[in-house]
Amino acid sequence: MRIALFITCLNDTLFPATGRAVVTLLERLGCRVEFPQGQTCCGQMHFNTGYQRDCVPLVRRFTEVFAGYDAVVTPSGSCAGMVREQYGRVAELSGDARLSTAVQEAPPVYELSEFLVDVLGVTDVGAYFPHRVTYHPTCHSLRMLGVGDRPLALLRAVRGIDLVELGAAEQCCGFGGTFALKNADTSVAMCTDKVRHVLDTGADVLCAGDNSCLMHIGGTLSRLRTGVRVMHLAEILASTETGPDHAAAAASAGVTGPAARRAVERTKTP
Amino acid sequence: MSDTTFLGMPAFPVAARDALRDSQLRGNLARATGTIRTRRAAAVGEQDDWEELREAGRALKERTLRHLDRYLLQLEEKVTAAGGQVHWARDAEEARRIVVQLVQDTGEREVVKVKSMVTQEIGLNEALAEAGIDAYETDLAELIVQLGHDQPSHILVPAIHRNRAEIREIFLRSMGEYGTPAPAGLDDDPRRLAEAARRHLREKFLRAKVAVSGVNFLVAETGTAVVVESEGNGRMCLTLPETLISVTGIEKVVPTWQDLEVYLQLLPRSSTGERMNPYTSTWTGTTAEDGPRTFHLVLVDGGRTDTLADPVGRQVLNCIRCSACLNVCPVYERVGGHTYGSVYPGPIGAVLSPQLRGTDSEADRSLPFASSLCGACYEVCPVKIDIPRVLLHLRARVVEQERERRLPKPERLAMTAARWVLTRPSWLSAAQRAGGLGSRLVARRGRLGRLPGPLSRWTDTRDAPVPAAESFSAWWRRTHPETRRPARRRQS
Repeated sequence: MRIALFITCLNDTLFPATGRAVVTLLERLGCRVEFPQGQTCCGQMHFNTGYQRDCVPLVRRFTEVFAGYDAVVTPSGSCAGMVREQYGRVAELSGDARLSTAVQEAPPVYELSEFLVDVLGVTDVGAYFPHRVTYHPTCHSLRMLGVGDRPLALLRAVRGIDLVELGAAEQCCGFGGTFALKNADTSVAMCTDKVRHVLDTGADVLCAGDNSCLMHIGGTLSRLRTGVRVMHLAEILASTETGPDHAAAAASAGVTGPAARRAVERTKTP
Repeated sequence: MSDTTFLGMPAFPVAARDALRDSQLRGNLARATGTIRTRRAAAVGEQDDWEELREAGRALKERTLRHLDRYLLQLEEKVTAAGGQVHWARDAEEARRIVVQLVQDTGEREVVKVKSMVTQEIGLNEALAEAGIDAYETDLAELIVQLGHDQPSHILVPAIHRNRAEIREIFLRSMGEYGTPAPAGLDDDPRRLAEAARRHLREKFLRAKVAVSGVNFLVAETGTAVVVESEGNGRMCLTLPETLISVTGIEKVVPTWQDLEVYLQLLPRSSTGERMNPYTSTWTGTTAEDGPRTFHLVLVDGGRTDTLADPVGRQVLNCIRCSACLNVCPVYERVGGHTYGSVYPGPIGAVLSPQLRGTDSEADRSLPFASSLCGACYEVCPVKIDIPRVLLHLRARVVEQERERRLPKPERLAMTAARWVLTRPSWLSAAQRAGGLGSRLVARRGRLGRLPGPLSRWTDTRDAPVPAAESFSAWWRRTHPETRRPARRRQS
């Protein structure tokens, strides 16, 4: 199984630690991850701001870069949603029949928690994270992808974690891409309520599957000097007691997915 | 659509700024929408076949709209055969003229009104006032809005922005000007407030000879109009006066009574969180010795045919005005209904107003952007209107329109620049390096506290992250030297 990582432009530029955590985590679970060169951006900012025609070359680039892989995994619910929900529409809009075909034939794109739970068949990834954590389900992962409680199942299996429930968790944090700039006042009002709920939990760490939303909530938490950190789900799942002992961690994680089992076997043969 | 109500509203972000400063408003809205949200979730949760019902509601609307011309003619024939008269209005102006003329023909100087968003859409009350005719709203919340010289801010609860203390003040101050005054010593007990409204309205019901109503549904097979309500004031309006004028949009038709059954389940659970609404009134033309002697049905187009022509946008005509999308919307909950500058607020308003009114005004162009695209509206919509999809569709329309009109926009430059960089990986790497270097020069303790230009809208209230010293791609190439550099690609 050829697995490609789609890092997303935001993570690549601002949050490379998340990408490194995904690589650490997946390798620990016995997967070999490739990082196709030439990848840039899914085009969501353009599409969601109304610049749909500007989005066409980015969709074309994505289909070219990831052609031939069996699965694409990405640490962003929002970008996964863009590819899965909107790429067909962008291709249709472009009037380019070949692009439509390319989009249809593109490999499946999984948000990280979907990939772990559905493809690798694992919820205990062998992580250790002795902190008080609360989880914010981002809107696109929740409503567009329907990841359900997969991220929570993964977090519950982390050793040492003190996972606390976030009040009004399913309400939007107010990021919304360019909404955060175009309607800054409303965006901030929404974030203020989100921050209040985060502080009510007494958590040290706010976790989510999208760094875009975490950038927004985290930027407010930081401005208010609350001392609450934000961390991408991948970074918590990549943490262990002993550091990156990949094969051991994968074995102890009880990896069940066929792809992972094969991958674990590969790492055992010298 | 109306050119009288909400005239000259500013664009959404500007109106929102003012609304967000009103702490009373935010408190009232959070409490009220929170309560209705919980009630709706309970009422929907107990219905096992809710998803099938939603799908039926959507499919029936879609089919009906596809053959709307046929059903409208069938409706006209049945209403006429039952003794009613049907009038067709192309736009708001024509609709106002028809209704004013119908009232003038009766010789009356006042009308009672109930349950009509369309009369607000067309600005009927203002037109009646100009013709010297007093219009009294009899829906309790509408009465509060009218007595407070205010605008409605919610589809179901037009006075949702008021709490009972404010309502008490409005009643004490204004009821006397228009009829039976509020009793002295009125307090803010909801029962007492309702009693004061009842006494005030009863006098109007017993005196009025003409009523103007809206309609929830029109059943084409029998020519029957349906009004669904909670208070019974609607039934008073529909039965007591001699002349009844019902004004509604052409999209309210359902083919048969069997279809109506679906919506009578979807609507109350979605709007008030009730299994069934207290009053459902149905009438077919006129009936000898009972109810109004004369019945007029005014069917308004008002941009609906144009909306119907748009394959993506037309689904907003499925709307049954339940207001579930308002109650779950995190934007609506914070800014309230007035910010949307239309009788149709909230997510549905953001997709309906720019289609009915067009996108010529700055306010209407700003509406499709008044959403974080969280998708909560789509999840609760009983007729499955994909509001986020229509919002995106309308955003593209606005951007294209501005491009064609060559309206100067710094945003367009930024988007074009971003496209250039993002379609050239080597440029992206260079930009990342430059951004990383530049921002580390100005960052303090790993945060950016102040950014220039439009980005200050971010840093006014939020710290910004510092671009990494080494991007993920650069890290990968350094740690995986076997990775080949990307081949030079065709630039798009």
